Amino acid sequence: MYVAVKGGEKAIDNAHAWLAEERRGDVTVAELSLPQIREQLALAVNRVMAEGSLYDPDLAALAIKQARGDLIEAIFLIRAYRTTLPRLGASCPVDTARMAVVRRISATFKDLPGGQVLGPTFDYTHRLLDFKLAAEGEVPAAAMAPTDLADVPHVTEFLNRDGMIEVEPGGNATPPDLTREPMELPASRALRLQAIARGDEGFILSMAYSTQRGYGRTHAFVGELRIGTVAVEMDIPELGFAVEIGEMELTECETVNQFKGSKTEPPQFTRGYGLVFGQTERKAIAMSLVDRALRWAELGEDFTGAPAQDEEFVLMHADNVQATGFLEHIKLPHYVDFQSELELVRRLRSEALAAQEAAE
Amino acid sequence: MTPEALLGGFSDAPTQSSFAFRAALEILSRPGEIRALTGATPPAPLSIAAGALLLTLCDGTTPVHLAGAHDCAVLRDWITFHCGAPLVSAEQATFAVGTWHELHPVTRFAIGQPDYPDRSATLIVEMADLQQSDARLIGPGIAGFTLLSLPELAAFQANRALFPLGFDCFFTSGTRAAGLPRSTFVEAC
Amino acid sequence: MTEHSYNFAYLDEQTKRMIRRAILKGVAVPGYQVPFASREMPMPYGWGTGGVQVTAACLTPDDTLKVIDQGADDTTNAVSIRKFFQRTAGVAVTEATTEASIIQTRHRIPETALSAGQILVYQVPIPEPLRFLEPRETETRKMHELEEYGLMHVKLYEDIARHGTIATAYAYPVKVEGRYVMDPSPIPKFDNPKLSNSPALQLFGAGREQRIYAVPPFTTVVSLDFDDHPFQPTKAPHDCDLCGASESYLDEVITDDQGGRMFVCSDTDFCQTRRASGHIGALGVPVSEGDAA
Repeated sequence: MYVAVKGGEKAIDNAHAWLAEERRGDVTVAELSLPQIREQLALAVNRVMAEGSLYDPDLAALAIKQARGDLIEAIFLIRAYRTTLPRLGASCPVDTARMAVVRRISATFKDLPGGQVLGPTFDYTHRLLDFKLAAEGEVPAAAMAPTDLADVPHVTEFLNRDGMIEVEPGGNATPPDLTREPMELPASRALRLQAIARGDEGFILSMAYSTQRGYGRTHAFVGELRIGTVAVEMDIPELGFAVEIGEMELTECETVNQFKGSKTEPPQFTRGYGLVFGQTERKAIAMSLVDRALRWAELGEDFTGAPAQDEEFVLMHADNVQATGFLEHIKLPHYVDFQSELELVRRLRSEALAAQEAAE
Repeated sequence: MTPEALLGGFSDAPTQSSFAFRAALEILSRPGEIRALTGATPPAPLSIAAGALLLTLCDGTTPVHLAGAHDCAVLRDWITFHCGAPLVSAEQATFAVGTWHELHPVTRFAIGQPDYPDRSATLIVEMADLQQSDARLIGPGIAGFTLLSLPELAAFQANRALFPLGFDCFFTSGTRAAGLPRSTFVEAC
Repeated sequence: MTEHSYNFAYLDEQTKRMIRRAILKGVAVPGYQVPFASREMPMPYGWGTGGVQVTAACLTPDDTLKVIDQGADDTTNAVSIRKFFQRTAGVAVTEATTEASIIQTRHRIPETALSAGQILVYQVPIPEPLRFLEPRETETRKMHELEEYGLMHVKLYEDIARHGTIATAYAYPVKVEGRYVMDPSPIPKFDNPKLSNSPALQLFGAGREQRIYAVPPFTTVVSLDFDDHPFQPTKAPHDCDLCGASESYLDEVITDDQGGRMFVCSDTDFCQTRRASGHIGALGVPVSEGDAA
């Protein structure tokens, strides 16, 4: 006797209860608090904010806790929450030249106004496991330098003065919003940057790396990489001026790339741009390389068939929430489509075998 | 802003707009059907059905054109207040409202692009009356044929000839409405 | 009981308006894929986010909702989506095809004929029927514009040349009202004839791919074929072992590791209804006995 499987709802409830228990882990170990995650796993928090497209370290910490440290799952939680939030308005563009930098380096000039500021970086740490951290992580306070409140001008501005680098004209056009309008191709640069900024770090990293290895090479120098906080301002029509509503940490990277010049343009350098929430410099550098590679058409370069030059390929596959959902959906039941293929293959095989026998 | 512009919106938008949309979906899916479309009490000359359609479908992302007598201060204010839709010329409109006479020439309205036929205008045509009579409708959504009291035939035949481009229409009269998508063939009875 | 922290049917009103406008344009141009700004839903892409958004935009408090996956009401994802709308919209739900005003489905069309006033909402993974022949959206959009479907016919013809038959068993492409070639979602081709001239409105939602399309009631939907190789809907050459139905689409169930198998209706409501009215298949039992087990 056969009775069809029932009880999906109960199975789901039980699975959720088990999941909650696993998330908590061994109850004799102290539970993680959100401030602990926010303060001590700050780079994970930053990634979740960047790819979740929501600047809120506390919510990102909550998402990481709920997702058991699975950052793509945490990004998904943030995105799903973000969608339900009302849009109260749009901020003024942030002015990264007025960033209070904690890190600012240029690979193109040895010294420059504003100076090279190494900041809190892994760069020159020797990657030796620090077993002291396994016991206790208390650290002595780092040395303090006097605060310099002067603005730190962009490196590209220095090049701009001599016409050595392409001019990026400002504009007042409202950029498209990827989260409120369907993706339309070909995309504007603003839309591309938006998609890459929230794209998967691993995917953007690999795309950027591929350009360095020759798949759409762009000869990039890091003109400047800066990390710091900027003020977020909003125009209040009733007041007639902008007021500061908060501040956020950003990582900005501008690459300086070779350009041969064209019939209308003498040779000059071109730019790739990356801007990401939080301290996320791998992502920001990768973003600027991919941005530059995608600009081949507007700069009159050749399409060499490199994946990183292919706008549709990059933009349609950069989003890890889309990718993971579709990838994982193949574990859902496909009895019906599989059954239709089973029948087809059985029929084709029997016909082929019959034909074989007839031939023999 | 005129005081009456502040009144007449949905009192329970999630519920009322859900019923209004289902009615709109039914009538556009079944040309020739006439359904009640209620929930809004807009100022004259806008009909209740046309008001419900605007509240259900329009917002800050959908430019609206008010034609003829519908282009009056109180209606402009009403749409601005309740929908937040920008008011524009016929050529730029996603939605347009007026009597058939006021909407003419209807060739002004967006018919979509060959690669994006959805980028076309939807006309809300205010009618003195709406009956299942006069013109014979054939096409998707229709088993055999249906009848609808269209304001004319030629313009809709010309619109059908553009398919898959073309504008789509709702006809409204008081609390009643009917739909005519671009896919419908119309002919005299 | 709805959860009051969220709007009726979860989506905010502005999002619903955007989806509703896309649905109406889809109805006006049958088979054409309307781009829409799909939202991030609280369930993964690929698990029915497009269907859920279309259903959410269509639902009224008076609706009775049925959700099926692979034809069955009790598969986990169907249970999950049904529960989502019970929580967020407070609508009545049913497993009976005839009682439902909106049916959200993944991979099947119910066996029981649909009626006027019903809406069938399909979950669609890849809405573009030409996608596996041409991966670029920019190219396939042009093909639809120019009605340039030669590539599809070449593909089907190559199947015939190699296998003697068209080797597409599900998501079998159709042409709607003689204009747009459309992906009917991964339904078995057995279901294709039910697409055409249905009294019900059929809506298709692809969330990740941001497309909505529609087949209005009484619309001609033709499965692509050739004069010398006409389209044939197929199913396993068996009767349902539970209810004895000979005309329903069947799931194959492996019953032991000795090659034992049985065939049962994929449409659980159809099978249950037949068994309740006394039909018994080769391996079936009377319905009360089966329920007790």
